[in-house]
Amino acid sequence: MTAAHFPLPVPNLDNQEFFDKCREHQLVLRRCRDCGRFSHPPRPNCPNCASDNLEWVESKGTGTVYSFTITRQPVSRALEGRLPWAVVEVELAEGVHLISNLVDCEPEEIEIGIVTVVFEEVNAEITLPKFKRAS
Amino acid sequence: MDSLKDQAAIVGIGETVYNRDSGRTELSMAVEAAKRAIADAGLEPKDIDGMVKFTADSTPQEELAACLGIPYLRYYGELGPLGGAACGLVIQAAMAVSRGMANNVVVYRSVNGRSGQRYGSGVVTTRRGEGNSAFTEPYGLLVPGQSSALRARRHMHDFGTTERHLGAVAVALRKHACLNPRAIMYGRPITMEDYLNSKMFFDPLRIFDCALEADGANAFVVTSVERATNKHRPVYIMSAAQALPAAGRGHGHSWDDSGASWLTPGLFGNAGVTPDDIDVIGFYDHFSPVIITKLEDYGFCKRGEGGPFVAEGHIELGGDKPVNTSGGHLSEAYLQGMNQIIEVVRQLRGESPAQVENAELGLVDSGDGAGALILRR
Repeated sequence: MTAAHFPLPVPNLDNQEFFDKCREHQLVLRRCRDCGRFSHPPRPNCPNCASDNLEWVESKGTGTVYSFTITRQPVSRALEGRLPWAVVEVELAEGVHLISNLVDCEPEEIEIGIVTVVFEEVNAEITLPKFKRAS
Repeated sequence: MDSLKDQAAIVGIGETVYNRDSGRTELSMAVEAAKRAIADAGLEPKDIDGMVKFTADSTPQEELAACLGIPYLRYYGELGPLGGAACGLVIQAAMAVSRGMANNVVVYRSVNGRSGQRYGSGVVTTRRGEGNSAFTEPYGLLVPGQSSALRARRHMHDFGTTERHLGAVAVALRKHACLNPRAIMYGRPITMEDYLNSKMFFDPLRIFDCALEADGANAFVVTSVERATNKHRPVYIMSAAQALPAAGRGHGHSWDDSGASWLTPGLFGNAGVTPDDIDVIGFYDHFSPVIITKLEDYGFCKRGEGGPFVAEGHIELGGDKPVNTSGGHLSEAYLQGMNQIIEVVRQLRGESPAQVENAELGLVDSGDGAGALILRR
């Protein structure tokens, strides 16, 4: 299943690298060279110390489901025909949180537990990081 | 005069009916609400020389002024971005009247929120994949209820909050609405069983956990403490605070990082009162779990104990911390926090159909604690 009915990312100069690396099946995060903190979404400055001395670092790609919600009513036109729809909030090992989907399980099977990143190629331009349960 | 303490008062309130299909323009409803508020204050439209509005509101100040026969405004302003502006607008108005920028300022909100664009559908909030929505919307995180559900699920995980705790909020507010003929849900009580059997929308949130999108308008008049006389039945702004937490920094949320958590020390500190002193509360309740977390944020109970607190009945009329005695957004109407301010004013005047006996101090807030006020009679 693709996410074609949902808005697709419109990359900008601050986050283009994130999406470029997704096409290469790498999940990258912003890390501050001054204070060492990871941050997300990508911004031009570190939200911890305001430094603009940032680097891109590949994530280990593992984390845990921090929370999730299952939408069961067609509250938005984009959700029509796709219910129930599960959205997960993943806490990566690096400490940052991503919104995503789990690809390998039914909404009813989701629980707060360990996951690893996988990549879903939506089109030539956009590949999205998603997650599957750790085996 | 370093804080807003006791510098200004709310002296008139006005509302249209709240319903699901007004059949009117937002402008015409805004005019009705403003006229009612001005008359309730014992003033004439010509006495109004300031207006402040929600950025999201479609009614410009100059159109409202025209429809009220006001030739020009000395002061005008607005606050965005979406729903959480009401208390911040009171702060703008209070600053204007206390510094002589205006004598009487109308704060208003008018929205066809059910028959027109529905906030709950995401059409108002979507950013179509631009900016940081590039990291949320492609995954189908599209409407406000889903975000509230993510927080609610984690609160359940961290603190043992249950669906019955959420249900206790919904049932309590419905009880209040059934005392309030203006409430859309007047005459439609629900039980805990009704709640548990109701439609799941954003699991773990059910339909009864969601704000009641509505059509309607309301307004009130803010004036300086010198101009407020007993004839106006003034309700004084004892303390006022805003808080805009930095955008998500990628480390999830701390339960102590809401606007309400940030502004609480200043809000109570400037007033010189404590949560124990508050007699009635008006929380911006776009979804029921925020009432649980706000009770914790503002110090009415300890962090993590909001669920048991609501289940014990504290927030119901007759409890020691009655919340949203008009029914709130869940059961009166979703007018973006304005109706909570109006209801607390009514309580402090002793005029609520769900009157809290001898209410002297009230707390109201907007958004996730984007702004808050302590009001006194």
